[in-house]
This record gives sequence, C-alpha cells and structure tokens, in this order.
Amino acid sequence: MTAPALDHSPGFLAEARRTTLGKVFLSPKGGITGAYLLALVLVALLAPWITPYPYDAQNLPLASQPPSLANWLGTDEFGRDVLSRIMYGARTSLSVSVTAITVSVFIGMCLGAAAAYFGGLLDRFITAVIDLSWSFPELLIALILVAIIGPGLTSTMIAIGVAYLAQFTRLTRAEILALKNETYIEATIGLGASHSHVVFRHLLPNAMAPVIICGMLATGDAIILEATLGFFGLGAQPPVPSWGAMMSSGTAQIFKAPWVIIFPGLVIAITVVAINLFGDALIRALDIKSKIREG
Amino acid sequence: MLSYTIRRLLLLIPVFLVVSIVIFLIIHLVPGDPIDNLVRVGSTPEQKAEITARYGLDRPLVEQYLIWLSQLAQGDLGTAIVMRRPVADLIAQNLPYSLTLGGLALLFSTVLGIAAGVIAAMNKEGRIDRTVMTGVLFGSTMPSFWLGLILILVFAVQLRWFPVSGARSWESLVLPVLTIGLGGMALVARVTRIAMLETAGKDFVLLLHAKGLPARRIQLRHVLRHALLPVVTILGLRIGWVLGGAVTVEYVFARPGLGMLLIKALSQHDYPVVQACLLMLAMAVMLGTLLGDLIQAAMDPRVRSALT
Repeated sequence: MTAPALDHSPGFLAEARRTTLGKVFLSPKGGITGAYLLALVLVALLAPWITPYPYDAQNLPLASQPPSLANWLGTDEFGRDVLSRIMYGARTSLSVSVTAITVSVFIGMCLGAAAAYFGGLLDRFITAVIDLSWSFPELLIALILVAIIGPGLTSTMIAIGVAYLAQFTRLTRAEILALKNETYIEATIGLGASHSHVVFRHLLPNAMAPVIICGMLATGDAIILEATLGFFGLGAQPPVPSWGAMMSSGTAQIFKAPWVIIFPGLVIAITVVAINLFGDALIRALDIKSKIREG
Repeated sequence: MLSYTIRRLLLLIPVFLVVSIVIFLIIHLVPGDPIDNLVRVGSTPEQKAEITARYGLDRPLVEQYLIWLSQLAQGDLGTAIVMRRPVADLIAQNLPYSLTLGGLALLFSTVLGIAAGVIAAMNKEGRIDRTVMTGVLFGSTMPSFWLGLILILVFAVQLRWFPVSGARSWESLVLPVLTIGLGGMALVARVTRIAMLETAGKDFVLLLHAKGLPARRIQLRHVLRHALLPVVTILGLRIGWVLGGAVTVEYVFARPGLGMLLIKALSQHDYPVVQACLLMLAMAVMLGTLLGDLIQAAMDPRVRSALT
C-alpha cells in the first residue's frame, strides 16, 4: 500500500476499494446507511422465505385493516398484508432500478469515452444529443418512452436507463477529456498502443470511480422514477407488487386505509436518503470532489 | 450586452429546428393509431382511410413534417384528433395553470433553498449545517406524488385547511406549490452552500476580514452576492423542469395544466396535442437556459467582458 488513493497507476480502484470500503463502513454515516442498504438487499433476495404472508394472499374479511399485531403495517383493500408486499416490492423496485442504472452506466461510459477520445464529428453529435435530452426532465423522457414501448417492467427498465444515460455520458466524457492529455497517455500512444488498449486499459479505469458513484446516487433517483411510473400504472402490472404500484392502487382507498400509501412511500424516502448518505461517505472516503453532485 | 442577446436569440433558431424534428419523429414512432379511437366499431376500411386522409396521416413523413412546420410558423398548432379542438386553444387553456404553479413553486424553492444554503454555509460542518442539509435531502427524496398525497391527508382531510383538489381558488395552489417546492429546494440549497463555501476561501474575503468587517456582514453582503451566480444558472435550467416535472403533482391534485394535457394526449395517441405539449416544454427549457445566461451576464461583469 504505497500508492496514495488517487494515484493514476492502473488498477488503483481495485486496490483502494479494499481500504475505502472499510473506511466507509467505519464512519457513522456510512455504517448506519450501509447496514440498512445491506439489510434491504437481503430482504429483497430472501423475500419468498421470510415474508409473514404470501404477497398475493387475499383475505377479504380482513380488508383495509389498520396496523395490528397480525399485520404490522395493516392490510390493503383485498386484505393483503402490506408489510409482505413492501418486502416483495423491494425485489421489484431494487432489481429494476439497479439493472437499469448498471446498463445505463456501462453504455454511458462507452459513449462518453468514444466522444472524448475520438473527438470530431462523433463528439459533436453525441454532445448535441446528450445536451438535448439533458434539458428534459427524466420523468418526461421515461413517460414518452413507456408510451412508445408499452407498459411493463422491461419498458420501465429501458425508460429509466435512457432517461439517465445523458448524465453518465456527460460525466465520463468530462473525465476522459481531462485525462487524455496526461503525459502517460501520450506516452502509451507514442509506444504504439491500440485505441482499445488506451481506452479500456488506461482511460476508463482511471475515469471510472466518479461515474460509478454517480450511478449509485442515480439509483436512488431511479427508485423514485420507477415508483412514479408504477404510480401511473405503467410499471409493474398487478398482482406483482412494486412500491409505486402499491401506492397507485392505494390511492382510491387513501381516506379509508392511508397506511397502504404511507408505508411504501416512507420506505422509498428512507432508502433514497440512505443511498445518498452512503454515497457521500463513499465520496469522502475516495476523496473525489463535489463534481459528481453538480454533474 | 445587446449584441450578445441578439446572437443568443438567433442561435435558438437552429436548436428549435432540431428539437422540432426530434419531437416529430418520436411522436410518429409511437405505435397505436389515433384513428382507432375515432372510428366506430364495425366501420369499413374505406371510412377509416377517408378519416386518415382528412388528417393527412397517409402522406410521407417528410411531407407531414413540412406541413406541420409551415403551419407552426403561422401560429397554427393544428387540430386535436381525439379532443377535436384547435390545439392552440387547449394549450392556451392549460398553460396559465402550469405557469402559475411552476412560477410559484420555483419562487418558493428559490427563496427557501437559498436561505437554507446560507444558514448551512454560515455554520459550516457544524450541527446546524448537518441538520439543515439532511432535512433538505429528505425533502428531495420523497416521491412527489407521495408527498402530495400525504399533504392532502394531513392538510385537506384532517385539518380541512385547503381543498383536496381542483384549481378554483388560490387555496388550491398551496399544497401543489408546497409539494413541488419542497422537492426542488434541495438542489438550490446544495449549490448555494457549496458556492458560498468556495467564495469564502477567496482572497478578497480574507481582505474583508482583515479590514475588520463583522463576519455576518461579509457573508450576507459579499460572499452571498458572488455565490448567487451558479444559483442563477441552476434556476434557469430548472424553469423547464418545473413545468414538465409538475406532471405527477397535477395528476395527484387533479389540476389542469400542460402535464395533465400531455398525459391524456399520450394515452389517446393524439399526435398534434403531444407534439405541441412537448414543443412548449422544450421552448420553456430553451428560454429558461437563455434567461439564466442573460441574467448571469447582467450580474457578472467578467462574463460580459468575456463575450465581447
């Protein structure tokens, strides 16, 4: 461990990760939020075995019951247990957001790297498209895309991925542009390295950390976007529970059974705050400046 | 300054053309035919073809686009296929609601956001800083439709202070403005805080301290003025966002507005309405960015001199 955290030696990320993760989890902010996020992922993975009730078990005599000992968070209009549905909903909401953002980060990195590395017409074209979509709210882009493809979980993923693509492309492009003129890159090119070698072995690994953290923070926004699409009835189709879809069907019962709406929304807010604070702790541990926040 | 303004306005024209092409193409990629919503069940293919021809939907895309653009230049946005009214009327009817809601929400989030950012920056790294910034963060992480529903539950149903929905009186504006404003506050507060902390490290601030000015006065009179520049840029960018991002809030509070119109038109595949709505939003975004840049140039002599 002689290399400092932001040394430009290849593979510094892999090396730093071991120590920074420890740093993140040992800080109070990162520790608490990290534990919460880990627990949430575990709940999502283990949902079929640990929920008190199946997510689709209807019990009409017990419909719209307030929170009680049997149903900790109450029941919805079909007598389904809200807690069980939130736990199952974590599966849908997390997997959709994480998948969409992961793919989006990957494509954004490739586009951003290509634009910055090759420059010229390609760069201008990509920048123009990105600037254009950047100026539209993500929600609108996603809504229009879902209208084109049709409702469902797959189109929700595509819509979220495309909606956030601009952000990752922009950030990668800026990072690579800054790195491109470093002496060691010029030296590598001078030694006759191929384009792909320079981009994938030298530029991307060094530009990656901020983009990945940006992706992590965007996952929080993606959870909200997924919930909003679900709320409009465009995401998960019944009876599959997602946090947004639960609130969508709960709206009609808002006066009779407000807990059907209150709890999923609270879980979303807490989760997104946790992701943000964890991201902050990570940024601090990695010593990356505030450029991620301002895009 | 004047020549800069004119140059920026002229630059909008090519951008506008590109945006209009993109919007036109997106709309015509949407599967589902507005004609299906019009013809009665059991009508013959000939009847359907006749209606298609009447709206010009059978012509090549390029021709349709040119027709649309030339009509647009004359201020004619076409006729809504499903809603059967001039699109310009629909827009004119809904735009004031969107502008009122968006404007007030922007004002709300600007004033409170800057205040929160200043308070946080003046207590840098202290307990107040952390409390304010975490509170602001919470405001931005609540899904807006959920926040709207909760506000309805508390203030409209339990306390009966404000109406549940609609847009008849000024009281009906309070909850929607709160919903959007609370969400938008976080970004403004964050940018203000960071900008103030960055400015506080500049040499001229050190000089002010050396002159013996009280710290509070330095923060409010000098540091804040510099820190407002990036905030203005962000606000310019937000104008379009506030208009377009209000979709969910308009939906929850059953308020008329551009967002509601767009949602309705999208579900009915009413091409002309969707096109017009998107075009309005895109124009709002472009004008907002322009306005932000102009205000920045007016505020900052350095930006102005860099232009000439």
